[in-house]
Amino acid sequence: MRAKYVMSEVFLGLWRNISMTVAMIITMAVSLTMLGAGLLLYNQVDVIEEYYQTNLEVVVYLDRDVDQAVSDQIGEDLKASPYVKRAVYESKEEAFDRFKDTFKDTPELVNSVDAQVLPSAWRVEMNDINDAKKLIAEFAERDGVYQVTNQREILQQVFDILGGLQKLTLVIASVQGAATLLLVANTIQVAAYSRRREVAIMKLVGAPNWFVQAPFVLEAVFAAVIGSILAFGVIIAGKFLLIEGQFEGLFSLMPPISTQAVLMMLPILIGISAVISAITAWITLRFNIKV
Amino acid sequence: MIQLEGVTKHYPRSNRPSVEDVNVFIDKGEFVFFIGPTGAGKSTMIKLLLREEVPDKGKISVGDTDVTRLRRWKVPAYRRSIGCVFQDFRLLPNRTAAENVAFALEVIGKPRSVARRVVPEVLELVGLGGKEHRYPHELSGGEQQRVAVARAFVNRPLLLLADEPTGNLDPDTSIEIMRLLDRISRTGTTILMVTHDSNIVNQMRRRVIEIENGQIVRDQARGVYG
Repeated sequence: MRAKYVMSEVFLGLWRNISMTVAMIITMAVSLTMLGAGLLLYNQVDVIEEYYQTNLEVVVYLDRDVDQAVSDQIGEDLKASPYVKRAVYESKEEAFDRFKDTFKDTPELVNSVDAQVLPSAWRVEMNDINDAKKLIAEFAERDGVYQVTNQREILQQVFDILGGLQKLTLVIASVQGAATLLLVANTIQVAAYSRRREVAIMKLVGAPNWFVQAPFVLEAVFAAVIGSILAFGVIIAGKFLLIEGQFEGLFSLMPPISTQAVLMMLPILIGISAVISAITAWITLRFNIKV
Repeated sequence: MIQLEGVTKHYPRSNRPSVEDVNVFIDKGEFVFFIGPTGAGKSTMIKLLLREEVPDKGKISVGDTDVTRLRRWKVPAYRRSIGCVFQDFRLLPNRTAAENVAFALEVIGKPRSVARRVVPEVLELVGLGGKEHRYPHELSGGEQQRVAVARAFVNRPLLLLADEPTGNLDPDTSIEIMRLLDRISRTGTTILMVTHDSNIVNQMRRRVIEIENGQIVRDQARGVYG
């Protein structure tokens, strides 16, 4: 009986103030989309770091005309280094095979490159990739070494971009979030005003405070849930249409965002938004409906 | 039943009427008129008894409840023991007479079966049998006030507060409402009524408490308007 009354009041309240309700849901959806994206990026940086921590290599490229003896000596020294776990020699032919494999989609490029142009190299697996700088310092200037590259440094740019994106999404999420909360407060105030007659009578006949407040708080929670579902839809669409669709190439460096992580966003977003909206509504009511 | 001891209430930042050192005892089942000029503090007394306001000084007890020390979360339960009627009826326009009365039961969690049994009874009691399904705008002022009385009485309160219940009604209708309140009073309900209507006070011959500038200037059993 009472539950039915409260629910009908909730929908009546939202409907009576429909333009505000829609505004509230839209800002909530935008804010939560940004929050969700930010959280996923945060998660993704971890995933990428973990993924590459084991796969990152330091590559010691050798001069094109290097002696086999010098090359072998470099290999011996690498293997003797305390930072190095394993060092594998890659001949010019192997390097070319890898090159062909990497660019198999663009045969023109492969055809334009002579197998002899690519340098032979020692591919070094580190005990700890963070020691790469020390290793590079030791070997970069040696005779027969053309260049030493650390894959981590290349990836660092990706991390920087992801980190920047993450900050951006979180800033947008919090600014939008603040606007959303003000809208929630305003919507609740308008709802409380338009129902002041009912509220006055309820208090007069001794309705418990939670019962007087429930319809208003639930209005805010309802908007939060709808906003979360919309935001979740946008995130799903983003994953399948953008990251794995139109801009697939752009994101190929990155391990895929797991579907599980994306699905987890729904309960997280609903939880966060529902709790914050409910608290905002409740605080607003404390100022608007006195006992 | 009701005891006010040295009750004082000021509104320093507004010109709402204040109450100054009021001492009153009202017994169970009494019918009391509060009279006095506008701004004397009569409605403030009602607000204090309803615990919409808390006195600056003094003690108010109603039944076994010390109203001045009542915790906020206990206020709703306290108000259930009080019925209220106002000059402007305060009915919900989108609900029928029966639904308005049932609302008072609904919001305090009484099951629907209770409402189905009690609401027709109490509407019959106030003389609205057959008009249960009319909306407030389909009822006359007197009938609307009967609905309000029914709503105030449906929980069988020990105390009924009436703030100028006949203020918007013509003399004949006013007398009907007074007969109704008199009947309710005979069930043992204490009634406290604020009024400006001298005819009613003079006809009823009940206890009269006159207030001026927030102080009691006359307290007379079987009194007249003065």
